[in-house]
Amino acid sequence: MLEHLPALQVAIALTVAPVVMMLGRAPRLSWALTTLACWATLAVALLLFVRVADGTVISYEMGGWEPPWGIEYSIDAANAWVLVIIGLISAIVMPFARKSVEQEIRTSRIALFYSAFLLANAGLIGITITSDAFNIFVFFEISALASYALIAMGNDRRAILSSYQYLIMGTVGTTFLLIGIGFLYIMTGTLNLGDLASRLPEVSDTRTIRAAFGFIAVGISLKLALFPLHLWLPNAYTYAPSMVTVFLSATATKVAIYVLLRFVYTVFGFEFSFVDLAMAWLLMPLAVLGILVPSLVAVFQTNVKRLLAYSSVAQVGYMILGISFASALGLMASILHLFNHAITKAALFMALGCLVYRLGGVSLSQLAGAGQRMPWTMGAFVVAGLSLIGVPLTAGFVTKWHLLLAALEAGFWPIAAFLLGTSLLAALYVWKVVEVAYFREPEQPDASIREAPLGLLLPTLLLTASTIVFGVFGSFTVAYARTAAAALIGGAP
Amino acid sequence: MEWLGLYNYWVVVVLMMIGFYIVIAQGNLIKKLVGLNIFQTSVFIFFISLAHLEGGTAPIAIEGVTAYSNPLPHVLILTAIVVGVALTAMGLALVVRVQEAYGSIEEDEIHKQDDLH
Repeated sequence: MLEHLPALQVAIALTVAPVVMMLGRAPRLSWALTTLACWATLAVALLLFVRVADGTVISYEMGGWEPPWGIEYSIDAANAWVLVIIGLISAIVMPFARKSVEQEIRTSRIALFYSAFLLANAGLIGITITSDAFNIFVFFEISALASYALIAMGNDRRAILSSYQYLIMGTVGTTFLLIGIGFLYIMTGTLNLGDLASRLPEVSDTRTIRAAFGFIAVGISLKLALFPLHLWLPNAYTYAPSMVTVFLSATATKVAIYVLLRFVYTVFGFEFSFVDLAMAWLLMPLAVLGILVPSLVAVFQTNVKRLLAYSSVAQVGYMILGISFASALGLMASILHLFNHAITKAALFMALGCLVYRLGGVSLSQLAGAGQRMPWTMGAFVVAGLSLIGVPLTAGFVTKWHLLLAALEAGFWPIAAFLLGTSLLAALYVWKVVEVAYFREPEQPDASIREAPLGLLLPTLLLTASTIVFGVFGSFTVAYARTAAAALIGGAP
Repeated sequence: MEWLGLYNYWVVVVLMMIGFYIVIAQGNLIKKLVGLNIFQTSVFIFFISLAHLEGGTAPIAIEGVTAYSNPLPHVLILTAIVVGVALTAMGLALVVRVQEAYGSIEEDEIHKQDDLH
């Protein structure tokens, strides 16, 4: 049983999804089943995580076909980390989802909604766990198709338009990835990532491989919303149902970043990506602009969900910045930020979900007085907001600190100063929300507004508390991120 | 005349550019999807072309034949076609709902009603 854990990791969500779809008349039951599936998936992810934490690599032959001919699932410290992020977020978001989804989605569609959610979940897990380049493409599309459906279920009619926009840009991205994979296949005759890594050095000095690198890098950058390819993200996050925003913001871009890391470090190798193609000099300006511009835009937003969506684009910039230092420390900081930003942003969007549940929307004017009416929710928002800024004793600080160290180690003094400056920008846009919620009187005081129900509040507080826990006891995550970075640089998955 | 022998790939490049251009330049949501389809189809042709071996036959074991076309890209593209069909269906479904919500599928008319940026 235990040796089949890698297959189970994907299979649970994939097999439960059609069952959930048939429970259209029993939305509660469909929710319960989805929750169970997510918890089981988390359990499997944790079991895998424990087994690879010391640096061992698990290789699983799908259907008993030996790699590189068959499809291989392989789990090392790096992707087990991402699997735990996906598992954790989906397991925590499900208890939150019950009331939120009942309010935002028509009852007849709830089962379909959860079914799509499970498919998106399975797709993201598949991208992370598989060791086959074409399989990555297919899982990308599975998760993307399900996400388009999820986003389009938002109440605002702009949700449909955002979903369409995402569909066009997402498809261009994955098709670019497919072209790149084709080039790799022409030159090496293999699709297995480990096998590719060992065969590429012989042919790496060709235009085909350089073109492959370009197509793959651009394709994945579209999926991970690297500035200036981020245009789909703010709309998609703003108009999607609350629960979908929580899930996607914490997992979808993270998984895409993991794929980029896997290709850049393991498949093409550090030498090819950073020395021959000088990728750092391409990534660093984009990362710097990608932090600065969306942060500035976020300051001027009046819809808080949109504000946080722009902040997400900026946070992707931080992760890319870590990669662009081309050092083990920088890579470690990026991997660390995958986790720390996932819990921070999920907590923030959950707090917004609570606010939407009671207030009906989260434009700044609606938030006036929320600090008094919904003290726990706003408290969670403030604490998670501090983590977003990177205040000491929060998870966000741990990554900012290591990013700073990496910048100094690489000798980029201006970048270090820039990091501190952009933290102030983050403080500015978080403060904007806090100010309205605590210090502005509502125009039409509505006494009926109460604290969000426990079902919404508990998961929010749990995640918020975890941003503190992983801030105070950051050494565990740091040590693990180091192992994960070593696994990525060290060689084949 | 080596470049003539690579005409498959020229077709791929031309189709890819046409498709991509339509996706970017067209304001009609359905035409955009058509462009996306052309774009994807060019990639399918690319994969199938690279599977071809000069003088090779279909990959079925026959006595006396030693050169076969590579069947793997064909299989990959079968999967990719299914993905493409699903995407088109999804896209068209969204366009139907856009039409219901806005009464138009022209980008400029929609943006007059709702500005996304």
